[in-house]
Amino acid sequence: MRRLGGLWELIVAAALVPVAFLVPHLVGDFRLFQLATVAVYFVAILGLAILTGWSGQISLGHGAFMAIGAYTSAILVFHHQWTDWLTIPVAGVVAGVAGLLMGIPALRLSGLYLALVTFALAVSVPSLIKKWESQTGGSSGLFLNLHSNAWLYRTTWIVAAILYVAAWLMLRGKFGRALRAVRDSEIAAASSGINLALVKTVAFGISAFYAGVAGSLLAITAAYVNPNSFPVTLSIYLLVGLVVGSLGGLLPLLLGAAFIEYVQVYASKLAPEKPGLPTLVFGAALILAVFAVSAIRPLVDRWHTVREQRGPAAVEET
Amino acid sequence: MLFFSGADFAQQVVSGLSSGGVYASLALAIVIIYRSTGVVNFAQGEMATFATFIAWSLMNHMSYWPAFALTCLIAFAGGVVVERVVIRPVEGTSVLTIVIVTLGLALVFNGASSWIWGAQVKSFDSPFSTRPIHVAGVAFSIQDIGIIVVSLLLVFALWLFFQFTKVGLALRAAAVNPAESRFVGIRVGWMLALGWGIAAMLGAVAGMMAAPVVFLDPNMMLPILLYAFAAAVLGGLDSPLGAVVGGLLFGVVLNLVSAYSDFVGGTLKLPVGLVVILLVLLFRPQGLLGHTSVRKV
Repeated sequence: MRRLGGLWELIVAAALVPVAFLVPHLVGDFRLFQLATVAVYFVAILGLAILTGWSGQISLGHGAFMAIGAYTSAILVFHHQWTDWLTIPVAGVVAGVAGLLMGIPALRLSGLYLALVTFALAVSVPSLIKKWESQTGGSSGLFLNLHSNAWLYRTTWIVAAILYVAAWLMLRGKFGRALRAVRDSEIAAASSGINLALVKTVAFGISAFYAGVAGSLLAITAAYVNPNSFPVTLSIYLLVGLVVGSLGGLLPLLLGAAFIEYVQVYASKLAPEKPGLPTLVFGAALILAVFAVSAIRPLVDRWHTVREQRGPAAVEET
Repeated sequence: MLFFSGADFAQQVVSGLSSGGVYASLALAIVIIYRSTGVVNFAQGEMATFATFIAWSLMNHMSYWPAFALTCLIAFAGGVVVERVVIRPVEGTSVLTIVIVTLGLALVFNGASSWIWGAQVKSFDSPFSTRPIHVAGVAFSIQDIGIIVVSLLLVFALWLFFQFTKVGLALRAAAVNPAESRFVGIRVGWMLALGWGIAAMLGAVAGMMAAPVVFLDPNMMLPILLYAFAAAVLGGLDSPLGAVVGGLLFGVVLNLVSAYSDFVGGTLKLPVGLVVILLVLLFRPQGLLGHTSVRKV
C-alpha cells in the first residue's frame, strides 16, 4: 500500500495477459463466470485503492456508487434499449459525477466523520432505489440481456485491464504524487502548492467512476439488478479486498478481488444451509489482515530506514 | 396529509419518544466508546443483535426479566473480552485502522448470528403489552411507555454510576486524560475494556427493547445503528447527555416526518438519517451539546 509498485508490476501484469487468453480453454464454463465476477471486484477495489489507499480518504459507501453505475446501465438497457456494453462508460461517468458531488462535503469531513457519512450513504441507497420504482422497478428489479460466460469473461477482463493500466499511469505521475502527499500530510501538501480541495474531490470522482464501471459490469454479468444487490456489506467486502490485497502496488489487489469471490463460493459449497459463514470469514479475515499489517509495518519501516542509511540509491523506494 | 388532530400528534410524539429511547441507548453506547477510544464502534449494532439472539435463546428456558438480566451480564463480559482481544492489539494506531477492525467485528457478529440462529425472522417477547391506554382522549401503547421508562432508568443508573462511584470517576478520568490517569494509578487499559463492557450492555438493552417492535433477525439493528449514529452526531459525539437528547429528539423528528410527509413516508426513513448526519457534520460538527475540538497543526 505504501509504495506504488514500479515498472516490474506492469511487466508482471503483461505476463498475465497470455494466461488470460489461455484460461477459457483450460477451465469449465462456470469458472469463467466466477472469474468475470473477480474482474468486477478488481475494478471496484482499484477505485477504492485510489481513494483510500492513495489519498487516505475512507469510503464505506462504494457499494452505493456501484449501485448508481449498475442502475444507470440497467435503466438505459431496460427503458431505452441501449446495447449493454455501450452503457459501461456512461455508468462510470454518472457514478463519477455523483462521486464528485460526494467529494465536496467530504472536503470538510475527515477520517471518522467521512466514514460515518459514507456508511450512512451505503445503508440508505437500497431504500432510495425502491422509492423511484417507475425507473428502477422497485423491489422486483430490472432485467438485462443474457450473455455467454465466455463473453462475460472477455468483456469484464478487457475493461479491467484498461482501467488497471489507466490507474497505474495515473498514480505513477504527478497526480499520484499529489494524492500521496495529501494522504501523508495535508498541511505539508498544501504548502507545496497542491490544491487540496481539487485533488481530494477529483480522487473521489475518479474512485466513484471505477465503482460505477464495476457496478455496470456487475449488472451485465448478473443480467439482473435489484436493491438488495447492493447491501452495506458489499461496501465492507470491498474494504476487505483492499486490505487483503494491500501488499504494495495495484496488481496484488487481484488477490483481494479473488478472495471476495472465492470465499463466497467455497463457503456456500461448504455449508449451503448456513448463510452466515462467508460474512463471518470476511470479518475474521479483515481483523487478522489488519493485525498482520500492523505487526509487519514497523518491520518494513525499519528495513527502509536501514536501506536509506546504506546509501542514497534507496531513497526513491520509500 | 395536511391537517391532523392534536391527539394524533401526541400519539406520534410518544411513539417517536419510544423509538427514540432505543436510539438513545445505542447512541450512548457509541458515545461512551468514542470518548474513551476516540473511535466509533461500527460493530455496536451487530453486537446488540447477537446479544438479543442470546436473550431469545435464554427465554426458551426462563422468564423474561431473569433472561434480560443474564443477557446484560453476558453482553458486559462479551464487550470486555472483545476490547481485550480485538481492540487492544490496535490500540494507539490510526483511527481508520481501528474503524476497519470494528467493521470486521460487525461482519463477525452478523455472520455468527445468522450462522447460529439462521436468517429467518423471529418474534421476540415483550415484557409490556401493546394494549393502548387512554389519557385525555389520546391512546398510548403500554409498550411505548415501557420502552421510554426502561431507557430513561438505564440512563439514570449510568449517570449515578459515572457520577458517584470511584470506578465511574476513574472511567471518566481515563477518557479525558489517559496519560495523567496512569500517574494516579488508574489502569487505563482496563477502563477502556470496562467502557466497552458498559457499551455492549447498553446495546443489548437497546436490542431487547427494539426486537419486539422490529422483529428479530440478523440485520435487525442496521437501520437502528444508522439512527443511533444520527442521534449521537446530533447530540455531539463526545456528549453522553447529548446522545440521550439527540436520540429522543431524532426519534420524534423521524416519526413525525415519516407520519406527516407523504414523500418520506415509510420508505425514505433511512435517508433521513443520512441527511441529519451530513447536515450536522457540515454545519455544526460539535452537535447540540458537544465540545468544539481544536486540532493542533
